[in-house]
Amino acid sequence: MTLDRMKKIGLGVAAALGALALSGGAAFAAAPPPDPLNSGDTAWMITSSALVLLMTIPGLALFYAGMVRKKNILATAAQSFGATCIITVLWMIVGYSISFTNNADPNLQKFIGSFDYLMLGKMGLKSINPLAGTIPESVYMFFQMTFAIITPALIAGAIADRMKFSAFMWFMSLWLLFVYCPIAHWVWGGGWLGTMGALDYAGGTVVHLNAGTAGLVACLMLGKRIGYGTENMAPHNLLFALIGASLLWVGWFGFNAGSAVTAGYNAGMAAAATQIATAAASLSWMFAEWLIAKKPSVLGMISGAVAGLVAITPASGFVDAQGALIIGLAAGVVCYFAAVFVKKWLGYDDALDTWGVHGVGGALGAMMTGMFAKNAINSAGKGWLTDGNGGQMLIQFYDVAAVFVFCGIMTFIILKLIDMTIGIRVSKEVEVEGLDINLHGEAIHG
Amino acid sequence: MKLITAIIKPFKLDEVREALSALGVQGMTVTEVKGYGRQKGHKEIYRGAEYAVNFLPKVKIEVGVKAEIADAVIEAITTAAKTGQIGDGKIFVSQIDKVVRIRTGETDGDAL
Repeated sequence: MTLDRMKKIGLGVAAALGALALSGGAAFAAAPPPDPLNSGDTAWMITSSALVLLMTIPGLALFYAGMVRKKNILATAAQSFGATCIITVLWMIVGYSISFTNNADPNLQKFIGSFDYLMLGKMGLKSINPLAGTIPESVYMFFQMTFAIITPALIAGAIADRMKFSAFMWFMSLWLLFVYCPIAHWVWGGGWLGTMGALDYAGGTVVHLNAGTAGLVACLMLGKRIGYGTENMAPHNLLFALIGASLLWVGWFGFNAGSAVTAGYNAGMAAAATQIATAAASLSWMFAEWLIAKKPSVLGMISGAVAGLVAITPASGFVDAQGALIIGLAAGVVCYFAAVFVKKWLGYDDALDTWGVHGVGGALGAMMTGMFAKNAINSAGKGWLTDGNGGQMLIQFYDVAAVFVFCGIMTFIILKLIDMTIGIRVSKEVEVEGLDINLHGEAIHG
Repeated sequence: MKLITAIIKPFKLDEVREALSALGVQGMTVTEVKGYGRQKGHKEIYRGAEYAVNFLPKVKIEVGVKAEIADAVIEAITTAAKTGQIGDGKIFVSQIDKVVRIRTGETDGDAL
């Protein structure tokens, strides 16, 4: 007998003995269930959460603050920072519970979760949410929290330069609870859109179309800025905006690849798709602008990148590299037209193009997800052009429509309520002199 | 004594400073200003929002000199600051009533 053969036989005997021992052991005492925790998944998800948080602070804060006039730069950054803090606490108190737990009543479960996890009382050290079975619930809760933070914070872009800080904080709070949480539950938390088969990997509708719609409603309700169309409102420091956009880009890997909730093949593909789409979108916006306005602006190329990030968001875990490229190329051009021309034609003051980039980009991305989702990439999805599943387009459309309508109506109600009680817009004098000094008592010097 | 105020293109500042130094002019005050004359501004576009920027950045130099060298100073500034393109700037000459050196109390000619 060769040594090799002896080893094989030896291994076989050992395995047999081991199996006997285990089965014998079961007769004496129940073996503890294997720990479902995967350290690779957990490490990646904690990292992803931090990356997504970085997208808001300071990513979004700088992106927006760099685009406003000097007199409003601190107030604009304060909106991102303040939103981060209030939403964290509200998410802990009740947001997570109503979004990501199951409601005992199956009819209610379609629309909202439960209060089971109020104050995260039930979140123990070893709790695990079935939606993310290989990581601690504490991590999943934190990960989802960072999404809940950035979604309302995005709305600040539409209402820049003219909203009261107090009204803004109230708006963030009520919008989180009455718009974001229900919609997150509908798509991701076991609600009706998810069960219908809507494909939204990381939040094209839940985050971007949602925030964009709210931004559109909000900017229409607040009205145009004083001097809009006549006064020079050039960005104070586009370098801040570039830094912010770059932080958004890098952080977005937590957003998209993190939505795999695991550290594996899908996360990897989502990351690749994200990078490809973003770069493609930046180029297509850049070239469109180069052609039409004769010069490729820095603001344009970073806006194109963000448009790409938004559009690939719902598709990231479902498409392959080619699908990502097409989505990116489309997003750059479409959002360029939405933010630059449609806005001008229709005349609304969406100050930092929250609707033009996030709203339009999110809707576009959601529909293109229906086109390019590939079953070979993610068994949860079957796309129209890839797998011949035309019906997915209708499901995607329902998702888009539901979010648009619900968000639109609820945002209107919430803002109306706040306006009737404390008022949402600053006074004319405050707006002209500037928000930094009037709302926060601070200024940027030099 | 004359106060010579020159509005020049910003990138010409060092050249002008060197030219004045060569003439023995010991000091000057420099301010960053905005202005326009025959040189028109430019257009900036930010995501479709177009702004006409009429004011251009310039630099203002102020030197106090003895009347005898005023012409030489004007000549030096003009030569150093000139590019031949619209927007080179202007020089204004005004009379100074009195000059005082703060540290020593010297006045007029001794203070320049």
